Amino acid sequence: MPVNREIVKHIAKLSKLSLTDFEEEKFTLELNKILEYMEKLNSIKTDNIETMSYPVDGFNVFREDEIVNSIDREAALKNAPQRTDEFFKVPKIL
Amino acid sequence: MIYKNHKQKIELIKSGKISLKQNVADFLLNIKKNEHLNAFNFVFEDSASEVDLIERKIKTGKHGKLAGMVIAVKDVISIKSKPLTCSSNILIGFEAVYNATVVEKLLQENAILIGKTNCDEFAMGSSNENSAFGKVLNPVNNDYVPGGSSGGSAAAVAANLCDAALGTDTGGSIRQPAAFCGVYGLKPTYGRVSRYGLTAFASSFDTIGPFAKNIDDIALILETISGNDNFDSTFVNSEIHSFSEKISSERKFKIGLPKEYFSDGLDDEIRKIIFEHVEILKNAGNEVTEISLPHTEFAIATYYILTTAEASANLSRFDGAHYGLRSKNASNIDEMYKFSRTEGFGEEVKRRIMLGTYVLSSGYYDAYYKKAQKVRSLIKSDFDNAFKEVDIILTPTTPTAAFKIGEKSENPLEMYLSDIYTTSANLAGIPAINVPIGFNKIGLPIGMQLLSKQFDELSLLQLANILSTN
Repeated sequence: MPVNREIVKHIAKLSKLSLTDFEEEKFTLELNKILEYMEKLNSIKTDNIETMSYPVDGFNVFREDEIVNSIDREAALKNAPQRTDEFFKVPKIL
Repeated sequence: MIYKNHKQKIELIKSGKISLKQNVADFLLNIKKNEHLNAFNFVFEDSASEVDLIERKIKTGKHGKLAGMVIAVKDVISIKSKPLTCSSNILIGFEAVYNATVVEKLLQENAILIGKTNCDEFAMGSSNENSAFGKVLNPVNNDYVPGGSSGGSAAAVAANLCDAALGTDTGGSIRQPAAFCGVYGLKPTYGRVSRYGLTAFASSFDTIGPFAKNIDDIALILETISGNDNFDSTFVNSEIHSFSEKISSERKFKIGLPKEYFSDGLDDEIRKIIFEHVEILKNAGNEVTEISLPHTEFAIATYYILTTAEASANLSRFDGAHYGLRSKNASNIDEMYKFSRTEGFGEEVKRRIMLGTYVLSSGYYDAYYKKAQKVRSLIKSDFDNAFKEVDIILTPTTPTAAFKIGEKSENPLEMYLSDIYTTSANLAGIPAINVPIGFNKIGLPIGMQLLSKQFDELSLLQLANILSTN
């Protein structure tokens, strides 16, 4: 069993999700089933194989360091759940 | 439809045989009549406002390539001042502040955008049952799923609710619903079409591509949405062919049938109809050989490790701070993050965030994530080797025809396995197309998949064209 209930709790915390008891139980069962399936990758030797992050060759993209227009402040704030003047408003942090 | 492709539609408008205004009104009426399919999240009733101008442009011959083509756009792609929800409660009420590059390109060529199509939440799913807007029905038979995640786009095209649609394909989300609904659907090479304005799911896999009922329109849309973009740094500057002009060809192809895709688990009727089409291609002078893609059986595991990892990182931006849902129950900043995400995301999205966070977490990173990145190299090498021998690889698109609504929704792993023939193209970054080739005994569509090497969409279109004329 790759994961137990404690690990699922920890992963939920890292994911910023709160799970009910029922969901914890369900995810433990499901994640185990999926991860057990994924263990089939261990049957392949990959010692000298390079990791692949992108399927096409990456290259640097440069441009002149010039100021260009981006979206304006009002547009950026348009979808804010809460705002004051020109700021996003969130609950007190400290 | 009284026209067989867009070229003919333009001719008919030019000669006054059809009115574009009437055509758009007919589509809007058809959408209303088919509301039960739930293919659209939003319908743009005001689409008709640009119609007069575009109709005039067509009549004077000063029009774009897609003038008057009525297109639906999957609701994960930004259209300025229109809602963008990704079929998620976390984005209900969000309005896009800029156009995606693909949208900009469609509008430049005078296409008419008719609405935003339903899909699985954040494009995660294979049946379009995971949507905050409810499930989409397969227009061919309403008891069956349309496939996913671009189920609304496939259903809208199949049910004549638009001329064509845009979808996205991260592991089969264009090709599988195209197969289930009986239309063409093309996933371009990774890097050919800009992803700017597409809500990210798995950034090294995501692609945007067209659905249509004929191969000419697929070619026309592909050449329109391809091309340079300063807003996507993974964009690859490749040659853009005038695909639509080069689609008929006398060329004879070398076609490979990978034995791993025709083994146990493939439905007998699909196998039979595919081999009938293989015979057609042989008789037309193409060479067909058996090939091997030895790492095929590892594709699903590799795909779900890497894409959930990327998704867990991409979806961390939904935190209730700047946009989207903010929980009303939060009394401090940490609760704002946690409660907003918990209330906003659906179950499948949570499952994938959990899985992705796990495979990236300390202690498991090497065993899962890094391992999968290595196997991804091996899978790509399989294709590189195969394309030294053949021009095209031909496979089924799906192991079975459409399944029933609810049939797999309680078993995530079984649902993941329905992508068995499609995820490899995204792992390798190669283009692939679903070609509708017939129906099974109970009348459900069957699809065949063609794959080619990176940036060789032209071969796919040419071979699909041979099939459509034979």
